[in-house]
Amino acid sequence: MDTVLLSRIQFASTTIFHYFFVPVSIGLALIIAIMETMYVRKGNEEYKRMAQFWGKLFLINFAVGVVTGILQEFQFGMNWSDYSRFVGDVFGAPLAIEALLAFFLESTFIGIWIFGWDKVSKRIHLLSIWLVAFGTMLSAFWILLANSFMQHPVGFQINNGRAEMNDIFALITNGQLLVEFPHTVLAAYATGAFLVTGISAYKLLKKQDVAFFRKSFEIAAIVGVISSFGVAVAGHAQAQYLVETQPMKMAASEALWGESGDPAPWTVFANIDVKNQTNSNEVQVPYLLSFLSYSKFSGEVKGMLELQQEYEVAYGPGDYIPPVKTTFWSFRIMVAAGSLMILFGVYAIYLMWRKKMDRPNTWFMRFMFWGLLLPPIANTAGWIMTEIGRQPWTVFGLMTTEDSVSPNITSGQVLFSVISFTAIYAILGAVLVGLFVKVIKKGPYAMDNEHGESHDPYNKEG
Amino acid sequence: MSLNELWFLLIAVLFVGFFFLEGFDFGVGMETQILAKNDTERRILINSIGPFWDANEVWLITGAGAMFAAFPHWYATLFSGFYIPFVFALLALIARGVAFEFRGKRDSKAWQKTWDVCIFFGSFLPPFLLAVVFASFIKGLPIDKDMQMYAGFFDIVNAYTVVAGITVVLLCLVHGLMFTTLRTLGDLQERARKLAQKLLIPLAALLVAFVVMTYTMTDIFDKRGTLLWIVVVLAVAAYLLAGYFMTKKKDGYAFGMTGAVMALSVASIFIGLFPRVMISSLDQAFNLTITNAASGQYSLKVMTIVALTLLPFVLGYQIWSYFIFHKRVHEKEHLEY
Repeated sequence: MDTVLLSRIQFASTTIFHYFFVPVSIGLALIIAIMETMYVRKGNEEYKRMAQFWGKLFLINFAVGVVTGILQEFQFGMNWSDYSRFVGDVFGAPLAIEALLAFFLESTFIGIWIFGWDKVSKRIHLLSIWLVAFGTMLSAFWILLANSFMQHPVGFQINNGRAEMNDIFALITNGQLLVEFPHTVLAAYATGAFLVTGISAYKLLKKQDVAFFRKSFEIAAIVGVISSFGVAVAGHAQAQYLVETQPMKMAASEALWGESGDPAPWTVFANIDVKNQTNSNEVQVPYLLSFLSYSKFSGEVKGMLELQQEYEVAYGPGDYIPPVKTTFWSFRIMVAAGSLMILFGVYAIYLMWRKKMDRPNTWFMRFMFWGLLLPPIANTAGWIMTEIGRQPWTVFGLMTTEDSVSPNITSGQVLFSVISFTAIYAILGAVLVGLFVKVIKKGPYAMDNEHGESHDPYNKEG
Repeated sequence: MSLNELWFLLIAVLFVGFFFLEGFDFGVGMETQILAKNDTERRILINSIGPFWDANEVWLITGAGAMFAAFPHWYATLFSGFYIPFVFALLALIARGVAFEFRGKRDSKAWQKTWDVCIFFGSFLPPFLLAVVFASFIKGLPIDKDMQMYAGFFDIVNAYTVVAGITVVLLCLVHGLMFTTLRTLGDLQERARKLAQKLLIPLAALLVAFVVMTYTMTDIFDKRGTLLWIVVVLAVAAYLLAGYFMTKKKDGYAFGMTGAVMALSVASIFIGLFPRVMISSLDQAFNLTITNAASGQYSLKVMTIVALTLLPFVLGYQIWSYFIFHKRVHEKEHLEY
C-alpha cells in the first residue's frame, strides 16, 4: 500500500476516534457548568453531587480527548508535510492560537476544578468550570476556522507556490465557518445532553437514585432539544452554502449524476451504480432538494457529470467526483440520526411538561438509553460526508490529497504507526467504556472516593 | 528585531518553558518507580503534579503550533523527518496522560501496576526522545535541497544524541526530585532531597560530556562562541548553587537552580542554531533558516499581536494556579488520583 492511502487511513481512524470524545467534552462541560451554577445559586448539595458525578465521566472522557488531540496536531507534519508547507502560513496560525487561547485555559482551569473543591471559593470553582466550557468552545472555533479554510479557502494569496495569509478577518468571517461552527458546537452540546439523558434513562429503568437521575435527565433533555433543533437549522444553512461553494460535494451527497430538474426532488434511497454513473430504484420526495438548497420550492441543482466538466475546465484534467456512495449514505445517516434526536427530545420535553417524568414509559426510556449513540453516529457521519465529499482536495481547488502527503516517509513507517495508534486507541476505547460502566453502576452516592475514604470538603464532619 | 527573529525567540521560550515545567512532572513521573516505596507514596507523588501536568504539556503543543504557524517548513521537515521517534513519543504521552486519570479508578493491583508502567515510560521516553531530536538539530541532518530530510537510524541515534537524551532525562529527574521536596513532607521529602544530591555527580559528568561533545562535534561554538560560553558559565554556577542549596535544605532555591540548568541547556541549543532552524549535513546551502522556513510577514504580524495580547493572561492564571496549590500533599488529605 502507498503512503497516501495509509496516511489517509491513519488520519481518518485517529480523527474519528478523537471526535468521539471532543463533543462529549464540549457538551458535558456545559451541562456540568449549568448544574454547578444551580448548586451555587440554590445552595442545594444535590446539584453539587450532580456536577461531581457527571464530572467523573467528564474527566475520564476529557483525558482521552486531550491525549488523542496531541496526535492530531503532530500528524499534519508527520504524514502531510507537503500540505503543511503549502498552507502552514494560513493553517498553522489558528492551531497556534487554539493552543494559546483555549488549551492553556482548559488545562489550567480543569486542574483547578478537579483539585480545587476545598481550595478555592465556590464562585471561583464555578468560574473554573465555565472557563473550561468556554475554552472548549474557543478551541472548536479555531480548529473549525482551520477546517473551513480547507472547505472554502479565503483570506490568502499564492506566493512562491505557497498559500500566504493576507486577511485574518476574511478567515474569521469565512461563510463556511459561520455555518460550520454553530452546526458543530450545537451538535456537541446535543452529544453531551444525550449522553446524560441516556445514562439517566438507564438508571431510571433500574429504579436507582430516581430523584437524582430524573433531575439530571430533565436538565440534559432541555439542553438536548434546544441544541438538536439548532443543529438542524444550522445544517440547513450549511447545505445552502455548500451548493454555492462546493457544488460537487452537494451533488455527490445526493448521488445526482445528471440534472436535477426544476423543482429538484430529494432522494431518500437509491441504488448507486458508480461505474455506469447512474442510479436505479430511486425513492424521491418532490421539491425537497430545491428547498434544502435554496429555501424555496423551485430551483435546479447541478449534477456531478456537468460539474466534472466545469472542474476540468477550471482545474485541468482529473477525476473530481468524490466517493459517491460514502458521501450519499453518510449524509443520510446523519440526517436520520439527527431527526431521531429531535423526535426523542421533543417527546422527552412533552413528558416533562405533562409532569409524567415520575413514571416514564419503559419503552421510551429504553429508546432514550440507546439514544446516547445517536449523536456520535451523526457526528461521525457528518464529518465523513464533509471530508470524503471534499475529495480529491485537501484544500478545495488548491491542493489535492495526493500532493499533500510527506514525500520522505515510507509505507513501512506509516504502516507501523497505523498499527500502533490503532492498537493503543482500541485499548483506550475499551478501558474508557469499562470505566464508564463502573462509575455509572456505582452511582452518585458511592463515588466519594475510590480509595475507600469518605470525603466532603464542605461537610465539617467529613 | 525582525518578526522572524521574534518568533524564533518565542518558540525557544516555549520549549524552554516546556522543559522547565513538564521537566519536573516528567521527573516526578519517573520517581513513582525510583523513589516511591509504596502505593500511598506513589499517589502522593502523582497528586503533587495532578493540577499542573496537563497545562505544562500545553507548552509543547503551543510550541509545535507556533512552529507550524511561524516556520511551516521547520515544522514539516522536523515532524516528517523524525517520523518514528515522534510515533514513540506520542504513544508514550498518550499512555501517560490517561494513566494519571485511570490508575486510581479501580481497586486492583494489576490494574494499578499497568498504569504505573505507563506513567514511568511515559515520563522517561518523551524527554529522552525530544532531547535526541533537539541534539540532532545542531549536529546536522541529511536535508536535501527541497528541505526534505531522509535520515537513517544512525543519523538520529548516535553517541551524541544519546548522551543528550540521558542528560535531559537525568536533569528532569533531579528537577522533579526538587519539586517533590517542595510539595511533600517527612520521609518522602528527605529521600527526594538525598537522591537529588546523589544524582548531581553523574549529572555533572553527563553535562561535561555533552559540552565537550558539542564543542568537538558541532559548529555551534564556532558560530556563537561568546554567548555559549556565557551560558556554560551560568549553567555551572546554577549547578553549583543547586548543590549548595540542597545541602542547606533551601529547597525552593535549589528547585529554581535545577530549573535554571535545564533552561540554560535547552536555550543553548537554540542559541547555537540561530539563525538556522535545522542544519543540513549535506550542504550549508540546504539549511533551514528563520528566513527561508518562515511564513509571510502578514501572518507573523497577526500572530505577534495575538501572542503578545494573550501571553500575559496565560502566564498570569498559570502562576495563580501554582499559588492555589502551593500547600504540600500528604496522605491524610483527599487524594484525587
